[in-house]
Amino acid sequence: MMMNGLLSQWRSPRGIVCILGLLALAALPFVSAALDSPYYAKLATRIMIYALAAVSLNIILGYGGMVSLGHSMFILIGAYAVTIPTFHGITNGWIQLAIAVICAAGIAALTGAICLRTNGMAFIMITLAFAQMMFFLAVSMKNYGGDDGLTLPERSHFGLFTLTSNGALYGFTFAALLLALFFVYRLVNSPFGMVLRGIKQNERRVRALGHSPFRYQLSAYILSACIASIAGFLLANLTNFASPAYGAWTLSGELIVIIILGGTATVFGPVVGAALFLLLEEALPHLVEAIAPDYKSNWMMILGILIVVMTLILKRGMYGSLSGAAPERAK
Amino acid sequence: MSVLEIKNLVKRFGGLTATDNVTLNIEAGEIHALIGPNGAGKTTLISQIVGEQLPDGGSILFNAEDITHLPVPTRAKKGLARSYQITQLCKEFTALENVMLAVQARRANNFHFFRDAHAEQEIVHAAEYAIAQVGLTPRAHTAVAVLAHGEHRQLELAVALALKPKMLLLDEPLAGMSQGESEEMVALLQNLRGQYPMLLVEHDMDAVFALADRISVLVYGRVIATDTPQAIRDNADVKAAYLGH
Repeated sequence: MMMNGLLSQWRSPRGIVCILGLLALAALPFVSAALDSPYYAKLATRIMIYALAAVSLNIILGYGGMVSLGHSMFILIGAYAVTIPTFHGITNGWIQLAIAVICAAGIAALTGAICLRTNGMAFIMITLAFAQMMFFLAVSMKNYGGDDGLTLPERSHFGLFTLTSNGALYGFTFAALLLALFFVYRLVNSPFGMVLRGIKQNERRVRALGHSPFRYQLSAYILSACIASIAGFLLANLTNFASPAYGAWTLSGELIVIIILGGTATVFGPVVGAALFLLLEEALPHLVEAIAPDYKSNWMMILGILIVVMTLILKRGMYGSLSGAAPERAK
Repeated sequence: MSVLEIKNLVKRFGGLTATDNVTLNIEAGEIHALIGPNGAGKTTLISQIVGEQLPDGGSILFNAEDITHLPVPTRAKKGLARSYQITQLCKEFTALENVMLAVQARRANNFHFFRDAHAEQEIVHAAEYAIAQVGLTPRAHTAVAVLAHGEHRQLELAVALALKPKMLLLDEPLAGMSQGESEEMVALLQNLRGQYPMLLVEHDMDAVFALADRISVLVYGRVIATDTPQAIRDNADVKAAYLGH
């Protein structure tokens, strides 16, 4: 019965976008290889990493109603969990991933327990404050490059395979994104996810039922941080570099824009949002240069206007505005 | 034996005493109506019983246990279920999902990240049963946002029933209902008589006198009378303060 339900969900605009998007991502490395141009594969890897980070933020922002401006902190942790161990000669990806996830979980548990004493605007500000603390901590680590960051001389290896080639990194990132999407899909429809979504809609009611929101919110915050740290791990491998800038609050802001563009509280929306945002960011400078060379440096203004227009027209996001339940359950 | 004992409860908002030395017992199995003019402090009293507001003085005992300072979820777990005067539901969820959330609250552990809640027979069946109890089965899979007002009131009750509570606190369950809907709700509450002790806040006097075993009258935060419906009807103070108007 469940398989039937799942199959019928795919026959909707959302389901079709979902399948086409994933198929395009699966086919892209072969196209990129055929064109002998690694540019597209690298761009797509970047899109998937941003998508992974946005998918993780969407757990708390979209489904939990917790708007965090500190999410980049966990990307920073994930990135430094690659470069610092490598600096000390540890290039094993499993160990690096374990460090990333454990550190992210620990710091999320600590900071989350404090942030969740507040909500709304205060929550946003405290998450931002913690992210800034992490940012300046990274700046102050002079032996790890301080402000300049650390380059990564060697990408992570996983025993049986390494991420040295762009193709391998692409495949690994794609697999991580697929896993995360499947995880979030299961999560939001699970008993845990139901309570989390209930808290977002009406916390007073959920408390009166006998659920203590704090435990659910903190668990979601930690889960979300762990997935974000994996995005950081991948980002460091992609750029062969990690610096405090990976923890800049502007990155958290971009992730929020990506989620809103794609559709909050949808499983696949952040992927659509990430593709849209990064493709525009790549294409706009060239477009503006071709049409009006004098205004080349003003392309970001046009990006801003486009984002405003898209958000105004499609209030629930590009993907969120599509009809169909897939892969979410009917509203 | 009293299920709920409220002793000398006091709640002040600045200069206003919303609950003025209230002492009230709810006996096992009884339907106890709480009536009084607007602003008498009926909802404030319910909020203190469930813990959404904390009293400035006095105590609340539930099944002989002092719950005066316990947090809301702990009290709910001990068996206190309330319905709200102004509907409090999860609007994006369907009617059934709202009740499922209540069923889940009875379980020891909801930290299952990978199971489909909609595939858990235990949760779904219990929720469907509560939905059927209030007669909402045809609307079970409709989102709360598009349900009618009367249906929201029914759903509020289904949610409370799904908690399998030891006591029901119903804050104006008939508010805004049509005549027909009201009659159905009164019949439903009649059916539940004896299963749950109830504290019923209601303005519909026909319903109150049809349902209540005892009635307490609250005026300006003070209980001026607690008695059987007939005695309340004949009570001169009550007539002067409330019923006479």
